[in-house]
Amino acid sequence: MLTIKHVSKTFNRGTINEKKALRDVNLHLEPGDFVTIIGGNGAGKSTMLNMVAGVYPIDCGTIQLDGVNISRMPEHKRAAYLGRVFQDPMMGTAADMGIQENLALAYRRGQHRGLGWGITKKEKERYAERLKILGLGLEERMTSKVGLLSGGQRQALTLLMATLKRPKLLLLDEHTAALDPKTAAKVLEVTENIVGSDHLTALMVTHNMKDAIRIGNRLIMMHEGHIIYDVAGEEKKKLKVADLLEKFEAASGGEFANDRMMLS
Amino acid sequence: MGILLAIQGAVSQGVLWGIMAIGVYLTFRILDVADLSVDGSFATGGSICAVMIVNGMNPLLAVLLATAGGVVAGFVTGVLHTKCAIPAILAGILTQLGLYSINLHIMGRSNTPLLRVVTLFSALSDATGIPLAWVTLSLGFVFAVVLIAVLYWFFGTAIGSAIRATGNNENMIRSLGVNTNMTKILGLSISNGLVAMSGALVTQSQGYADVKMGIGAIVIGLASIIIGEVIFGHKLNFAVKLASVMVGSIIYRTIVAVVLQLGLSTDDLKLLTAVLVATALTIPVLLEKRRQMAGYVAVPKKTASEREEDSNADD
Ligand SMILES: Nc1ncnc2c1ncn2[C@@H]1O[C@H](COP(=O)(O)OP(=O)(O)OP(=O)(O)O)[C@@H](O)[C@H]1O
Ligand SMILES: [Mg+2]
Repeated sequence: MLTIKHVSKTFNRGTINEKKALRDVNLHLEPGDFVTIIGGNGAGKSTMLNMVAGVYPIDCGTIQLDGVNISRMPEHKRAAYLGRVFQDPMMGTAADMGIQENLALAYRRGQHRGLGWGITKKEKERYAERLKILGLGLEERMTSKVGLLSGGQRQALTLLMATLKRPKLLLLDEHTAALDPKTAAKVLEVTENIVGSDHLTALMVTHNMKDAIRIGNRLIMMHEGHIIYDVAGEEKKKLKVADLLEKFEAASGGEFANDRMMLS
Repeated sequence: MGILLAIQGAVSQGVLWGIMAIGVYLTFRILDVADLSVDGSFATGGSICAVMIVNGMNPLLAVLLATAGGVVAGFVTGVLHTKCAIPAILAGILTQLGLYSINLHIMGRSNTPLLRVVTLFSALSDATGIPLAWVTLSLGFVFAVVLIAVLYWFFGTAIGSAIRATGNNENMIRSLGVNTNMTKILGLSISNGLVAMSGALVTQSQGYADVKMGIGAIVIGLASIIIGEVIFGHKLNFAVKLASVMVGSIIYRTIVAVVLQLGLSTDDLKLLTAVLVATALTIPVLLEKRRQMAGYVAVPKKTASEREEDSNADD
């Protein structure tokens, strides 16, 4: 489904702030793969997702999605294939627009937007049905401004928006990191349900190693712009947090003790 | 009697200039960019319209052509802002500056009077026998109502919603597949089209176009928006919001007419406008601050249950 070959990215090349964020990354995803990504701060996890989404151009290599070479496609064109949820709950929704208006914007992802109505009556019924999946009662508040929702509610809505029109690939970048534990668990549960029932292919960045092991069928670990560990299937299920910490320690030369990963 | 006539004129002017204010509203409030092209494109609308009418064009066609001129001006600002990544304010100033020369070229001089020619208003007045002042007022209203209806429809369409979302959360709507450069350019073009249309109608009603007629238009537009918001509040249906800008414009013109009647010199008008806008922008901030300060108490008031607890403790 997704094939990343020899992709590198250096920010601020040729300045004192030069930063090699990705170094020769190679990754291949089969349809239906649900991959969790872990790694310390600055490892390049967000950068990898951003390269797939086309937020910045890549320096070299190719990115193929479902047989289409998207390496040089502008961000708004790639959006036709991608569903994205960001770490910041404010990023994924338009605060001054209503819940149903936001869903209608998402429903038209990748489609020509012309002079047809921005939202139709039939759609509204569909959206109400989808909102029920969340179990947050949002279907009763379809015309409320999204800005009035809590971070968790906004994040759940963004997730629904990202999958409203079936994406070829779902990109989740620490999408529960800003939520309290209970809300995070709820949003994660909804994520698993939607990915499962819609048979989506997904990449999910997380700092929670238990979640990374429990969720999905494959796990990759990144460090200093490389993928340093890639495990799937039965082997992944048998992983323990301690195993991951060990891997991580080996890669980073023992300095991990201060890392945020330790906390989770 | 003089003041009544002045107010009737002010209402007509308010409606015609209100179309410009609605254009400013689209960029300032919907797209969330401060577009200063307005001062130039207003005069561009006036210049094109005046020259076309003097050369025998149908006055309605002249308005449409002037509108198209404004669309092009907005397009240029949009390209400067998006493709050339120039900050919106500067992009607008550049267009405004360039338009000054272009407007002089359009007219071939700094002022074009509309003497002994047929304007929309004079034609309708001649045809119906209704006095010119009333024709100006009612035709202005017809334009305003039709425009508000069209804009209400447009911003409810898929592309119109995408423009609104661009002003609200650009990253989000781009991740949903919208080319935000395109929506910004489109928004700026529509806005400046309306501004130029307003310039054309004002030219026909005042009987001349002047290269300086647009100076301060942006501030007048902002004044109208803010007056409308102060009176009607923010939580409104989109069509009512547009209407409130129109009402704001009428009120602004009425205030101006009244102070002129009271003896203020026209030279001081721009200063008055600047002070008016600055005050209107400041008052809500100060009121909010005062409200918060006034709510302060050194010792929090006890709630009923806390008082009960205290008395229990005394026992
Ligand atoms: N737009 C940018 N400009 C310059 N440097 C950047 C940019 N984006 C990322 N970087 C740098 O690239 C490196 C990788 O960053 P990235 O955001 O991918 O890390 P991450 O693995 O997502 O970390 P975190 O867990 O903190 O989110 C970091 O050193 C970061 O400073
Ligand atoms: Mg990150």
